Amino acid sequence: MSLGEITRVSLAKDLRLEWRSKDAINSMLFFALLVVVIFSFSFDPTAEESRHIAGGIVWVAFLFAAVVALNQTWARELRNQVLDAYRVSPAPANALFISKAVGNFIFVAVLEALMAPLFMVFYNLRSIGPAYQLVVVAALATWALVANGTFFAAMSIRTRSREVMLPLILFPISIPALLAMVSATTAILTGEGAYRFWVVLLVVYDVVFTTVCLLLFETVLHAE
Amino acid sequence: MPGAAVTLSHVSKIFGRFAALRDVSAEFAAGRLYAILGDNGAGKTTLLRAMVGLAQPTRGAIRLLGNEDLRAATSEIGYMAHPTLLYEEMSGMENLRYFAALYGIRDDQPCEHAIRAVGLDPELTRRVGQYSQGMRQRLSLARALVHDPKILFLDEPFSNVDVVSAREMVHVLAQMRDLGKTIFIVTHQAVLLEGVADEFVCMAAGQISSCTSDLPAVLERGVPPARAPR
Amino acid sequence: MRRIFVILALLTFGLLSYALYEGMVAAPTEQTMGEVQRIFYYHVPSAVTAFTLFLINFVLSIIYLARRNPKVDALAVSTAEVGVVFCTVVLVTGPLWARPVWGIWWTWDARLTSTLLLWLIYISYLILRRYSTSGQTPVIAAVLAVFGFLDVPFVYLANRLFRTQHPQPVYFGGPGSGADPRMTYALLLNMAAFFCFAALVVWLRFRLERARQDFEETQALESLLQPDARSPR
Repeated sequence: MSLGEITRVSLAKDLRLEWRSKDAINSMLFFALLVVVIFSFSFDPTAEESRHIAGGIVWVAFLFAAVVALNQTWARELRNQVLDAYRVSPAPANALFISKAVGNFIFVAVLEALMAPLFMVFYNLRSIGPAYQLVVVAALATWALVANGTFFAAMSIRTRSREVMLPLILFPISIPALLAMVSATTAILTGEGAYRFWVVLLVVYDVVFTTVCLLLFETVLHAE
Repeated sequence: MPGAAVTLSHVSKIFGRFAALRDVSAEFAAGRLYAILGDNGAGKTTLLRAMVGLAQPTRGAIRLLGNEDLRAATSEIGYMAHPTLLYEEMSGMENLRYFAALYGIRDDQPCEHAIRAVGLDPELTRRVGQYSQGMRQRLSLARALVHDPKILFLDEPFSNVDVVSAREMVHVLAQMRDLGKTIFIVTHQAVLLEGVADEFVCMAAGQISSCTSDLPAVLERGVPPARAPR
Repeated sequence: MRRIFVILALLTFGLLSYALYEGMVAAPTEQTMGEVQRIFYYHVPSAVTAFTLFLINFVLSIIYLARRNPKVDALAVSTAEVGVVFCTVVLVTGPLWARPVWGIWWTWDARLTSTLLLWLIYISYLILRRYSTSGQTPVIAAVLAVFGFLDVPFVYLANRLFRTQHPQPVYFGGPGSGADPRMTYALLLNMAAFFCFAALVVWLRFRLERARQDFEETQALESLLQPDARSPR
């Protein structure tokens, strides 16, 4: 079977497993909600201020929630060492990577869709710039987090304290993407700032790092 | 030996300060059933994992069906380990359908055939998480068989299975051997394979200490100690 | 080899001593900043050394992924560790210099942020190495190094724009413009001294790592020669 078909089959399997167990979505949702509430106590901004800081708060909350999802989706492959069954088969390693990354993307996107209205309510947000741009930024930003995140989660399954190891190695590398997504979101919400440049940076970041992930995933998958 | 199923040349596997395999060289002919025996820590599981390509040898080389690159032979090998290698939240058929797809199989037919061959019911919609240990073991074997591999590597397939089912499994495996498959079975229950296995491979301290078809002799002497290194 | 090492050690000692004198005593005092400016003779060479070591680590990581040579890995971990030490020096001396001169400990300009990021990445690299349970730790670490280093240009770029949006204090007038030649001399001297020092320490660390690799392998092979603890049946 081709790469595309195996990716599709693996993705379908992951979505089915998630639907039945709801491991990732539940923990993510609860965690994100907690973060939002805690931030609400820490910052009590006026409507004007909130537009300037909401971008940062939102993406930090999503980042932490995404890490929860990333750990969960790989934990599933480690139960009963199912990953060995994949490794022993002729299925290409990249099919596994893409299916996991897309699966994670879907989970985090669902989370974002659920949390966004909540943020708007808690922080009395109203976007000054065109709102459709927020969707573009969200898509690019989520992929940036999820692509590297899926890859690094696969690396961290072979370490002690893997739940801690993932954020430890992922966060430094995600900093430029984080800066870009926060700045772009703020630029849209406040209607000022170089939205274009940040989007271009995100696109380049996504392309470069997705390529590196695809080149190196097989090495990491079989590094026992 | 031409047409050898698996060839190992001076294979060593070192984990940090521990050497699980030490300079193992062997040739295993095709179409035979090998029982791999030895105490815990002798290196049996590591040997199996090295042969299927899950663990890279620190030194030495392994050839599968004449291929130096183990990845080339993946569609011809089936692997079963002590963990079940199954998804608990899916049913038996769902599991097999997924793993069969990894080998390029789109039909349900081979999956049903494999499930029946191990004595389970393909119609069963119960999730694997609710299976008994023995059922899981059997389904795991079905997973290893679904793509009709030339070589089977089984790590303790009888460990949680009752004697009657174990004997049935041995019967199935013997039939496969008769059809030309090569089978490696790591087990602590050598008696189950008496009269069935072509050779008993004894391991100790990371080396193959003897290779014989004479089981009573093996059981009497206990597992022979490792030879002195060359 | 031994002789080269001794020569390098002596050279390093000599250079460091001379450079210390030049930097702390002989070079003229800077007009506006005063004596504090002398930190500059340690700050800049440390930065250049750290960055060079990290660059070497990046190249070695790629080579390791291609060749899987344990010597390459030993050198990679050595450069990473020594690089982190020098980078720490940079991050400490920077604020120490900035505070009395410009009144601020830190600013998020491109250079500082990139340095901090490199430091964070390589600390995570070292932690990964320590906590890995895989038999192929060097492979995973090498992959991380590749990702990490590729990230740096992005940080730099991201910060350049961020900086123009948030004006920063003018930072590095430096002695470049109309600098006293004795200052440049002291700087270059310290640079050479630090390079030699870094090479020395990396060499030592490399030898240590190779010894550890050999020791582990010998121990592993010997562990199987021990008679089995259980008595034969």
